[in-house]
Amino acid sequence: MLKDFFSKKKKYASIPREEAKQEIPEGLMQKCPNCHKIFYRKELKKNLNVCPNCSFHHQMTARERIDSLFDEHTFEEWDQNIITENPLGFPDYLEKVEKDREKTGLNEAVVTGKGKMQGFETAFAVMDSRFRMGSMGSVVGEKIARAIEKAKEQKIPFIIFTASGGARMQEGVLSLMQMTKTSIAIKRFSEAGGLMISVMTHPTTGGVSASFASIGDYNFAEPGALIGFAGRRIIEQTIREELPEDFQTAEFLLKHGHLDQVIERQDMKEVLTTLLDIHEGGAQPS
Amino acid sequence: MKQVLEFEKPVMELREKIAELKKFTAESDMDLTSEIETLEQRLVKLEEDVYGNMKPWDRVQMARHAERPTTLDYVKELFTHFLEFHGDRLYGDDEAIVSGVAKYKGKPVTVIGHQRGKDTKENIRRNFGMPHPEGYRKALRHMKQAEKFNRPIICFIDTKGAYPGKAAEERGQSEAIARNLMEMAGLRVPIICIVIGEGGSGGALALGVGDRIHMLENSTYSVISPEGAAALLWKDSGLAQKAAETMMITSYDLKKLQVIDDIIPELKGGAHRDVALQATEIDHVLNQSLQELYDLPKEELLEKRWEKYKQIGDYSTL
Repeated sequence: MLKDFFSKKKKYASIPREEAKQEIPEGLMQKCPNCHKIFYRKELKKNLNVCPNCSFHHQMTARERIDSLFDEHTFEEWDQNIITENPLGFPDYLEKVEKDREKTGLNEAVVTGKGKMQGFETAFAVMDSRFRMGSMGSVVGEKIARAIEKAKEQKIPFIIFTASGGARMQEGVLSLMQMTKTSIAIKRFSEAGGLMISVMTHPTTGGVSASFASIGDYNFAEPGALIGFAGRRIIEQTIREELPEDFQTAEFLLKHGHLDQVIERQDMKEVLTTLLDIHEGGAQPS
Repeated sequence: MKQVLEFEKPVMELREKIAELKKFTAESDMDLTSEIETLEQRLVKLEEDVYGNMKPWDRVQMARHAERPTTLDYVKELFTHFLEFHGDRLYGDDEAIVSGVAKYKGKPVTVIGHQRGKDTKENIRRNFGMPHPEGYRKALRHMKQAEKFNRPIICFIDTKGAYPGKAAEERGQSEAIARNLMEMAGLRVPIICIVIGEGGSGGALALGVGDRIHMLENSTYSVISPEGAAALLWKDSGLAQKAAETMMITSYDLKKLQVIDDIIPELKGGAHRDVALQATEIDHVLNQSLQELYDLPKEELLEKRWEKYKQIGDYSTL
């Protein structure tokens, strides 16, 4: 159409800043969002995704996390075959899930299984914030609850790495109820003498911070991780005042008595192994 | 001032008209009895039509109705010997949650519930029924006490949500909620939860782990408020009405999703029409639930509680 010829439609697409940032990791180089220095991707990876210059903890995928902690060839994955449904009939929901499945190679926002950490056998759940922001729907809740149940049956400890924006809106109240499901599983595990360690990574908010993340026998976090119940913006709107810069960071939580320790990623394996050692492997009484 | 909701305006108008005609008949010697009768018949039909076809958004409005009975209103109707107790023994007393002991049909119980205010002054004192961590910790303290003395626990749920504030975060809102979920899972006494107004997300859930979950017909229970959902999903909180429909938050939705046990029928026009009468409907369901649970061996009670929540969720297996 002639009209189209004259239209002033932009010839380029604008990419929101967040996405633009996410695109860089695919390439050779990566810029640290904190100190703005540019590194080779490989260099960063070798350093467990921690900035060699300023120690900023970049996010880790679930697989990277597992590889960084567990002894080689000891990892056994559980419940890969549970698939997300669309209970509310939410438009485009399953398509979005499918897209994230392809992007991440995961069936959902959490990987569960067991492995050995310096020889100590432990069950684990590692969340991946690339998958629907790590949000918890039916599958995430079910996988975590099952992993805890298996840890109970096999009398081994349970370690969880959280990374989640909270409950998944698109599954409505069913997502909310996963908080209860996982918490009851933890209670049963705990009553049986099971050892649970929670490590909160960036970000751990909403329904995930208000359920399993906060009720380990030990609660840890990575430096700088955002951890909290309500979103910063909502709080600012509610109380009509600006919040301190370190509000809802791991360091803020430590200061207010909600964490046992903030652990640098480089030290994570050692601290966890030491703790498992102190628990003599964390086996539950028969 | 009576609050009239948008969708029920036709009913209210017709009611006023009938009242006017009655007044007129009484004051003058014109006899309008037959006209009044016709209108009254029409009113019955209209009420059935309006209240029988409530949309999710209508129910949201009803759940938030200014005159909607609160926890303490039902406590007065359902229990005797109610004594309220305060404080979490750690930080303070949160009046957004009321908690205490009472007798139900002669037997001791612990009663806990979110508490909204009836007017602005009370609402400020009670923080509009939105608890801080100390509220949940007070509730947990009383639940543990109930367990020690073998009293069933009855929880009334009625909150927009846990308070999103600076102090709440500093004092561990997340931990307080999580702790309640975990500890309620293991309490060796029957727990009955009844949603009487808004069941707002984690703040509702923290009093909501029980052996029976019931909802008043026009109450809601959701992962996020319709306004919040609209803002998050469509970047427009004005689409709350649409969100209320999409998010499946009514008692009928929750029954369908197999999250709750029973829907407690409401009076035509809402619970606030007659608190005492509404309380008898609650009484019926509460009594039945307790009868079913009183004599259950403790291990079985806990096992069934786990099984109840274990099955909630929708997924398939390859």
